[in-house]
Amino acid sequence: MTEVLELAPVSAYWQGVCDYDDLPPEDGVCALVGGEQVALFRTHDGRVHALSNLDPFSGAYVLARGIVGSRGGVPTVASPMYKQVFDLTTGRCLDDPAVRVPVYRVRVSGTRVEVART
Amino acid sequence: MPPTPTKTGHLVVIGHGPAAHRLIEAVRERDTEDYWQITVVGEEPRPAYDRVALTSYLTDGADLGYPAHDDAVRVRTGERVTAIDRAGRTVTTDAGETLGYDTLVLATGSVPFVPPVPGAGTAFVYRTIDDLDALRARAAGRASGVVVGGGLLGLEAARALQGLGLETHIVEMAPWLMARQLDEGGGAMLRRHIEALGLRVHTGVMLDRIEADAVRLAGDTVLPADVVVFSAGIRPRDELARAAGLEVGERGGVVVDDACRTGDPRIYAIGECALVGGQVYGLVGPCLSMAEVVADALFGGAARFAGADTSTQLKLMGVDVASFGDPSADALNVSYTDPVAGTYKRLVVSDDAGTLLGGVLVGDASAYPTLRACVGASLPAAPDRLLFGGTEAVAGAMTEETMVCSCNGVSAGTIRSAIADGGLTDLPAVKACTRAGTGCGSCVPLVKRILDEELTSAGIPVSRALCEHFDHTRAELFDIVRVRGITTFSGLIAECGRGRGCDICKPVVASILASLGTGHILDGERAGLQDTNDQFLANMQKNGTYSVVPRVPGGEITPEKLIVIGEVARDFGLYTKITGGQRIDMFGARVEQLPQIWKRLTEAGFESGHAYGKALRTVKSCVGSTWCRYGVQDSVGLAIRLELRYRGLRAPHKIKSAVSGCARECAEAQSKDFGVIATEKGWNLYVAGNGGMRPRHADLFATDLDTDTLIRYIDRFLMFYIRTADRLQRTASWLESLDGGIEYLRDVIVADRLGICDSLDAAMARHVEDYTDEWRATLDDPERLRRFVSFVNAPGTPDPSIVFEPERDQIKPVIPEVVFP
Repeated sequence: MTEVLELAPVSAYWQGVCDYDDLPPEDGVCALVGGEQVALFRTHDGRVHALSNLDPFSGAYVLARGIVGSRGGVPTVASPMYKQVFDLTTGRCLDDPAVRVPVYRVRVSGTRVEVART
Repeated sequence: MPPTPTKTGHLVVIGHGPAAHRLIEAVRERDTEDYWQITVVGEEPRPAYDRVALTSYLTDGADLGYPAHDDAVRVRTGERVTAIDRAGRTVTTDAGETLGYDTLVLATGSVPFVPPVPGAGTAFVYRTIDDLDALRARAAGRASGVVVGGGLLGLEAARALQGLGLETHIVEMAPWLMARQLDEGGGAMLRRHIEALGLRVHTGVMLDRIEADAVRLAGDTVLPADVVVFSAGIRPRDELARAAGLEVGERGGVVVDDACRTGDPRIYAIGECALVGGQVYGLVGPCLSMAEVVADALFGGAARFAGADTSTQLKLMGVDVASFGDPSADALNVSYTDPVAGTYKRLVVSDDAGTLLGGVLVGDASAYPTLRACVGASLPAAPDRLLFGGTEAVAGAMTEETMVCSCNGVSAGTIRSAIADGGLTDLPAVKACTRAGTGCGSCVPLVKRILDEELTSAGIPVSRALCEHFDHTRAELFDIVRVRGITTFSGLIAECGRGRGCDICKPVVASILASLGTGHILDGERAGLQDTNDQFLANMQKNGTYSVVPRVPGGEITPEKLIVIGEVARDFGLYTKITGGQRIDMFGARVEQLPQIWKRLTEAGFESGHAYGKALRTVKSCVGSTWCRYGVQDSVGLAIRLELRYRGLRAPHKIKSAVSGCARECAEAQSKDFGVIATEKGWNLYVAGNGGMRPRHADLFATDLDTDTLIRYIDRFLMFYIRTADRLQRTASWLESLDGGIEYLRDVIVADRLGICDSLDAAMARHVEDYTDEWRATLDDPERLRRFVSFVNAPGTPDPSIVFEPERDQIKPVIPEVVFP
């Protein structure tokens, strides 16, 4: 992975998707990144997290529309479909540890939110 | 006189009021061997009834009767005991009967005090059902009334007179209202509230005489008075005791010891006729305690009447009033007056600021249960925290002696031992076993708190917490939000929660904020609190698309509107289906289509149907008397009126309703949260029905109501449910969880037992007034519309994962393979 990062041109690797202000606090939105649906979440501390938008339990692309919160200090989103809760930092499903959704690297550059394409 | 299985004793009770009733019930409960043969003689023409609720008899025609005693109790009504023969152990009645006794209990009560002024003989009093009947007959067609006495009962009588249509004055000799319970500041605040209701108050004045149509005060003030009611204190009925040679107090009252026993060991006195510890008690709580003490003694017990907490909490004409402990103690005062909100609060604490001695609350008595329980104990928190805090402020501060339920005289220690000894684990069991919380109900949060603490210390897991972020129930959060005026989730979690919330507490708080009518549900951080359905004002379906249900009040729709729905569904390629609630559901809309769809619908006059919300859904109806050969009332008209009244009302769960135009019940009203069935005379109201997973037939709440009364009862039913139900609790299970069930509910809604009806009415009036269509308000605001896109970085792009295939000439979703990465 490290080699890929070094070899790839930075501008092609980090893709800007929206302004930071487009992210409502403690809520989620979905972005299309290279044909993939990425759910972006802004937590109360101002940080941005990115998970795949695909809810693995229902097969619907809806995680960005879940309720953002916390469980035991871990920032979470609850799927709006059947309410399973996912750790925003690891993608791990806290209700079913066997399930994990992909996590995307995300950063705020100036006013822009950028997602790392993999 | 402990019972033995081989013997019986005759117990005679003179007087059949609330204290006598409680005594007899308490004896029957204990008397497993049927030792006591009981005869009760009451001079009123009816058995005991709930005198405390007298006013509701006048205003609502409420039935005040207590449940009848069992058949073993002989009840003699309309009969007066005229003499007691202590040597012969008999009593004689005005019917010529002589009754022998082994034990005699005097429960003769009191008479209203009528001051000896000229003309007083023409005045009325306010004590019995017969008094009220006479008062009502007199008031009919008259214009003015004067109540002499500005105490608790006087104010209640004044409200009743006003309710009978009289221009009403209150005359009080003391310098302020409720002088026994309140201090000057509290009395002044109460007066402001009462005058705002149109009653005229005269304090610090002396009565000169009663004239044919006026009351003349000292100093030549003349008040018009077609009706005069005296409510200026009570005098114990002690004449029988006096004639029988029993000791009576200088100012009246049968002298008894702390077991309520007179100088004659076979004779007891309880209630308002008894002078115990040098005091006559005119409040129901202490009177009932005396009844329990005697019941205990009749079985060899050693219970003692240890004085009573004369703390009072009540709602007077919509005004919360409370006093507790000794508010006149000479010590430090912490007081707070808010003339805008109309509140006055005062705490009296010991000179070292360590002990709470008493206090007064007017306008907002929400702190009363906790404060009352703290009287005599060290202050568990700073005074301002106590004045404005909830039950949590007193956690752990209750000693064994702390009087938790003053109505029934139950201490914290009694509750704790009942829980430990009886292995009790829930609130209904504790209430049933100890009677705590079964009076006015104000102490229920404290009883629950004690229960939880006991269970916790016994290692029994108890979780009343909504989720890990709040230790409170939904009802408690509702009160916290309401009382403290909290308007944001962040504010609430800072106040009494932890962490950042979750999919359980956030929608609950969003719903509470919406029920209290504070702004649009999608504004600011509110949007992020909502389930996706509320966030997009539509119902998410299994493929991530949404369905749309416009409101069709009462199921009545014009051909033009039907055509609009058809056109919208056709133009957006939606699947349509008729719902069970007499409306039309359109499925398969993507988030970015929702505003376009609603723009069309709104322009055609449709509003949100709230199919997505925990809110009123529909009021279904049959076609009713306008068309139906059998209909007796216009069920469609009423259904539309109800649906428009309650549309948008957020609740702990969805609310469904129906109106049937005759007893054939085609609208299935008895399976609804509230259902109405027409009768020849009006409407029958049913509540707490449920279809769904656990069907429940609704209970008949009231019959033959006129439309205004019907709506008033439904208003209160809904608001009481919204305030007190748990998260996701439908009305059916809510009613089942109410201690006392439908009877209790009726008591609250019809008889205003909790004194909250004014507040419930006001809350519903506010809802009706503030209603706006959520969809129209959303379309009007670009900020609210921003979230209606599939992709933040490609607003025009539809979600490519959403795919349909045809079925029966419409679309159906293609469900992707479910994957577990």
